[in-house]
Amino acid sequence: MKIRKLFAAVLALCLAACMIPTAYADDQIVIKVGVIGPMTGGAAVYGTAVARGAQIAANEINAAGGPIRIELDIQDDEHDPEKAINAYSTVLDNGAQMILGTVTTGPCLSVSAIAFEERIFMLTPSASATGVTEGKDNVFQVCFTDPGQGIAAADKIFEMNAAAKVGIIYNNADAYSTGIKDAFVAQAAALGLSVVATSSFSADSNTDFSVQIAACKDAGADLVFLPIYYTPASLILSQSNAIAYAPTFFGVDGMDGILTLEGFDKTLAEGVMLLTPFAASSQDAATQSFVAAYAAEYGEEPNQFAADAYDGIYALYQACQNAGITSETSAEEACELLIEQFPTLEINGLTGKLSWNATGAVTKDPTVYVIKDGAYAMVE
Amino acid sequence: MISLLSTLLNGLSLGSVYAIIALGYTMVYGIAKMLNFAHGDVIMVGAYISFVAIFYWGLPPILGFLLAMVVCTVLGIVIESLAYKPLRQATSLAVLITAIGVSYLLQNSAQLIWGANPKAFPAMFSLPDASLFGGSVTISNNTISLLNDQLKISGNMILTILACVAIMVVLTLFINKTKMGKAMRCVSEDKGAAELMGVNVNLTISLTFAIGSALAAVAGVLLCASYPSLQPTTGAMPGIKAFTAAVFGGIGSIPGAMIGGILLGIIEKLGQTYVSDQLGDAFAFAVLIIVLLVKPTGLMGKKVHEKV
Repeated sequence: MKIRKLFAAVLALCLAACMIPTAYADDQIVIKVGVIGPMTGGAAVYGTAVARGAQIAANEINAAGGPIRIELDIQDDEHDPEKAINAYSTVLDNGAQMILGTVTTGPCLSVSAIAFEERIFMLTPSASATGVTEGKDNVFQVCFTDPGQGIAAADKIFEMNAAAKVGIIYNNADAYSTGIKDAFVAQAAALGLSVVATSSFSADSNTDFSVQIAACKDAGADLVFLPIYYTPASLILSQSNAIAYAPTFFGVDGMDGILTLEGFDKTLAEGVMLLTPFAASSQDAATQSFVAAYAAEYGEEPNQFAADAYDGIYALYQACQNAGITSETSAEEACELLIEQFPTLEINGLTGKLSWNATGAVTKDPTVYVIKDGAYAMVE
Repeated sequence: MISLLSTLLNGLSLGSVYAIIALGYTMVYGIAKMLNFAHGDVIMVGAYISFVAIFYWGLPPILGFLLAMVVCTVLGIVIESLAYKPLRQATSLAVLITAIGVSYLLQNSAQLIWGANPKAFPAMFSLPDASLFGGSVTISNNTISLLNDQLKISGNMILTILACVAIMVVLTLFINKTKMGKAMRCVSEDKGAAELMGVNVNLTISLTFAIGSALAAVAGVLLCASYPSLQPTTGAMPGIKAFTAAVFGGIGSIPGAMIGGILLGIIEKLGQTYVSDQLGDAFAFAVLIIVLLVKPTGLMGKKVHEKV
């Protein structure tokens, strides 16, 4: 009796699950995208931004009533490689045809390895290590690779003649930060840019930076390169200010968000330079409407993670249209079709003009901004 | 020389924050004989409450500070009665694991309420600008400059150390001179005997938690005043470092917690500056290992003879 009841319940659930798609207009194709990222835990700020940016893109596409509806299935990986694999299985069980994710590099390395074997298409909005795409034809990135950013940053500093002596403070427990730093140091050496101090901190002890700042100050660095996220950067700015050390601080895309950090004294960020493909304060119409929609929905300003996810959903939407993927296309079939499509795509997104090569890396143009009067301004 | 002095001062600054957190840890351990691993997260809650009060509601800093103490005191009592009281007779391992669970519960609740985005803590206290001793000591921008501007001491550090000493003195007096303090010492020595003597053990332990949590609120505000970044995981690492400091100083000993905290901060900064900046945490935890190997009772802990 009990077994039968259970069986009936399972059957009812299955039926219910099958019924959902038919709620929409019959002629509309429904594409299911699994979104995986840290929605809780220490890295939740990145995962929630991706989920929200993706949701806004999906809402826009669905409201426009085009031939394709995008349905998102958002799963939490807690920035943990093992939980990420569970989340991956969950989205596939729920019928996802492709994956936008995962958000952070560590989990992405483990999920992309399985997705490569099982032939599931992945587009990561923000996992920027080269290892994520290396040797895997089915994984593409929306964000820059870490070495790409390091090289671009060294080039820009050299071109602008912004520094005589460069100091670096990086996070040695973070693949993103060390990846950028290594490429930056190599490129600086090639250009003849003098790096006088390289100082690091670890993810767990990121409150007191007195030692790192003193190392740069004592070496006489007039520019400090910060390939780190804006939270530790905000502390470095305030602690440098406390000891009256005022070099030019130069950040990368992780620095974006510092001006919207709640409670942060914006005068500390005056003169900070950053190299980023996305700036929420940009006057560009698409950015403005995205920022407004995001603020209306979630009550905060989007960061680059949200923008990358937004572009990612549009890229998937475009690629699905081009490849003629339908609600019935299996995940494995969709994977092969999308692998063919992606290198031919050109997306005019929030983070610039995006195109991809067959290895999965993206090409786009980062811009150098300088913070002036509490807002981003272009550098001449 | 200047570099050594400023490293020592940086260590003192970090150490004073560890010390103030360690006071709460050691107090709860000394009396309730349990490691409250959620202590670091109560600190985080205290910091959030004062952030909300000052930044959102526009209350004056001192009111925000008091509100954080009140909320944390209540939170401490609630945690104790819901999570720890039912485990009074359980093994200490069960209590320890529950404490870790409470820690995660607090972190994730904070994320649910205040979001995962980090917040920059507003400056709460500042010293008046001044020039003393014919200009050899100047105070500006909440920083005291000495030796022709070469050495800088932040106002927050002085405040933290003063608060730390004051709390240490008051706690020591409270425990040694008051009736309630006597009850606490009894419970710490022998719960069963204390109960037979008419001491209300449950009330005493609840009160210990209340005081410990109020101290956590103070620590949270001072932590974020010195290092102004606030997110749901803010309390976790300082909490563990403060635990190390408490063991170093002799867990259960109140002056020990303060000395342990300050020494730990100085050792960490000296190691970072003169050995390798990648190994700051390693130095802090190496201290824990060495103390446990060489002098398990810590610098000021007393040896307890177990009767067989």
